[in-house]
This record gives sequence, structure tokens and C-alpha cells, in this order.
Amino acid sequence: MIGLYSPGRSLIHRAPVLMKLALLSVGVVGAGLLSDAAQLSVGFAVLVALFALSGVPPVRAWQQVAPVLWLLVIAAPLQVLFAGWAVAGMMAGRLLLAVALAALFTLTTPVTTVLDGFQALLKPFRRWIDADRVGLLVALTIRCIPLVADIIREVLEARRARGTQGSLLALAVPVVVRSLYAADAIGEALAARGIDD
Amino acid sequence: MSTITFDAVSHTFGERTVLRDIALQLTEHRIGIVGANGSGKSTLARMINGLVTPTKGTVTVDGLNVSRRAKEVRRLVGFVFTNPDNQIVMPTVQEDVAFTLRRRGLDSAEIERRTATALERFGLADHAEHPAHRLSGGQKQLLALAAVLVADPRVVVADEPTTLLDARNTARIQALLAGLEQQVIVVTHQLELLAEFDRVIVIEEGRVVADAAPSDALPEYLALIG
Repeated sequence: MIGLYSPGRSLIHRAPVLMKLALLSVGVVGAGLLSDAAQLSVGFAVLVALFALSGVPPVRAWQQVAPVLWLLVIAAPLQVLFAGWAVAGMMAGRLLLAVALAALFTLTTPVTTVLDGFQALLKPFRRWIDADRVGLLVALTIRCIPLVADIIREVLEARRARGTQGSLLALAVPVVVRSLYAADAIGEALAARGIDD
Repeated sequence: MSTITFDAVSHTFGERTVLRDIALQLTEHRIGIVGANGSGKSTLARMINGLVTPTKGTVTVDGLNVSRRAKEVRRLVGFVFTNPDNQIVMPTVQEDVAFTLRRRGLDSAEIERRTATALERFGLADHAEHPAHRLSGGQKQLLALAAVLVADPRVVVADEPTTLLDARNTARIQALLAGLEQQVIVVTHQLELLAEFDRVIVIEEGRVVADAAPSDALPEYLALIG
């Protein structure tokens, strides 16, 4: 979600977020239930059709799905060893299908829309849960990932510039300290923008 | 223009006194605040929308006591920080601007319209869907400014808004600030920005040491640091 959204106006982009979430759940469960190669190929055909409909550039889609291949590189040979080719192939196919469907959701749904979806889902519980606050929590979590990544990169650069190669602790301390400073500054900025309760 | 009043304001952080007995009435359109690092000018600016509550004295904006009615004051006073990274809350440019308008009782079509207008005005329309953290430093500060001005505040306070920027982006942000209809209070080290301002306040060791038109206040400040 960290800048993964791929802008577009397709039917999939415009579909209501809760419907997409529901369909995603159905799709992932469905992918898990596929039992033979014919069903799996139908699943992939549907997947390709959905991606084509969404107009997401293939490169962007590939970037989302590629990391799971590393898992398969390890898991698939083990499956072959213990359960044979057919089972290993099905397992890999189902996993790829599920991950690709989830990627399609991520690529076609802006974070704000996901947050609005959260809030709609939490509405029945509003006596106990402040949906706005949960939404803000999720948004800030997503936002802080690149921020902390930047801090780590800068601390590593500073260490290299000074020619020191310390322990993990020597990396962790400045990163934590700077993250806390950043948290203070973000809190101040939130207050300034009127989110101060 | 709004009236911002500092009445006998002093502030201490632990043992250190950062502001002593400040009495000011700010009514001009464009006001600059200058002073050395650690002189207390940032603290002074932060008091205008209640980010810092003075240990003694009161600050009011159009008669509203900032420490008691911070929420209302913050709707009147927008704040631009030095480091825009800390000000960006949402993952994409358009979402971050729209975030300011949440909880204001506006419907989503109105939020979308205002957000689009603000992005257009600050030249960010082409980046609306881009991840905010991948913008350049100058674009990030433009985004911060857009996110503040989309709420249409009466006063904009900026704490060293151009300190992290290159010369071109500095000029751009300065021109935008100087051209605002709103009352603008800028803390800065870029003295050339202030030449056209209506009033310049010089802070030194927590006190106001000069307070006049830029043609008088700036030479005094230069003499002080020379």
C-alpha cells in the first residue's frame, strides 16, 4: 500500500471497496479449494482477465507477485520430495493465484478508500471503537514505513561516512532515538492540522 | 487581518528560559520573525496555534485564548514546519491534502473539489496519485503548504519553511508565502524574503530587541549579529 496504488478508471478501480474485499475473500478461499489442473487453469484465466480489465501495467503486477516466488523456490522442491509433482504444482499455483488476487486489490485501491472501508466495517462497533482513530492508526503505520526506512538508511550512511562498523546495538540506538524524535514531530504536525484529541 | 496578542508571555524549558516577558500585538499582513538559533523564535511561533503553551502569560488569536481553546484556534491558524516529511500523514499527495478536510463535516465531493483546486494551485496536480514520500524536498514543502491552505485558515505561521530547500524552491515558496491573502507570519534566516514585509521582529535571547519596518529592523539585526 506504500505508494503501490496504480491509478486508473477501470471497473475494478471504481468498484466499491467492501465489494472488492468480499470478492477478494471469496477468490482467495476459492483458490485454496481448487483441486485439479483444469480448475487451476480456469482460475489463472480469470486472473489474467481481471488484470487485463484493470489496466494495471504488467510490470507493476509482476513486482507484487515476484517476492512470493522466493517462497516457492524453497517450498515447492520440498513438496515435490514429500508429495510428488502434482501436489507441489497445485500448491504453487494456488498460492500464486491468491497472492496475485490480493495484489490486484492493493494496486487498484487507494489507501483512503481502504480506510473508509475499515470505518464502514467498524461502524456497528462504534460504541466501543473509534473508527476514525483506527483509520488514522492504520494510515500512520503505512506512512511510517518509508519514514523509518529513510532513518535507517541515513544512520547507515552516517556510520559508513565515519568509517565505523558497530554492532547491531550501535545501529539500533540511533535509529530508535531518531524515530522517537520523528514521532514527536509528527504528533506536533497532527495537532497543528487539528487532530489533537 | 487577525489580531494576535502576546500578553506578558514567558516560557521555560526546565531550567532554561527561552522567552522573557514578551508583549506583542500582531495585526499586519506580513510579519517576519528573525533571530539566532536558540533565540526562542520557534517557540514564539509555536505559541500562536498552541503547539507550545506559555508557562506564564497568555496568547490570544482574535480574542480566543490559545491555551484554552486550542482546537478553535487551530482552525484559524495554519502551521508550516521546517521539515515537510514530518507533516505528511497520508501515503499519496492527494490523500494528504484531503486529510486536512476530514472531520469538518464536508461531503466527499466537496473535499475532492477543494483538494483538486489546492493541488492545481501549487502545481501538484500531476502528482496527485503519487506517493508523497517520493516527492522532491521542494515538492514536499509545496504539499505541506497545500495541505495547510486547503482549509482556508485566516493566519499562516511558517517556521523556517525554506531552510531545507535549494535556491529555486526557496524562491518559489517565498513567492507563494508573500503572495497569500492570509495574514502570514514567517520565522526565517532568509532576510531578503523580508524586505517587502510589513513588520519584522528581532528576537535575541528570548526578548524582542527590535520591532519595526524591515528597513529599520533588518539593519539592527545585522548590526547585532555582525
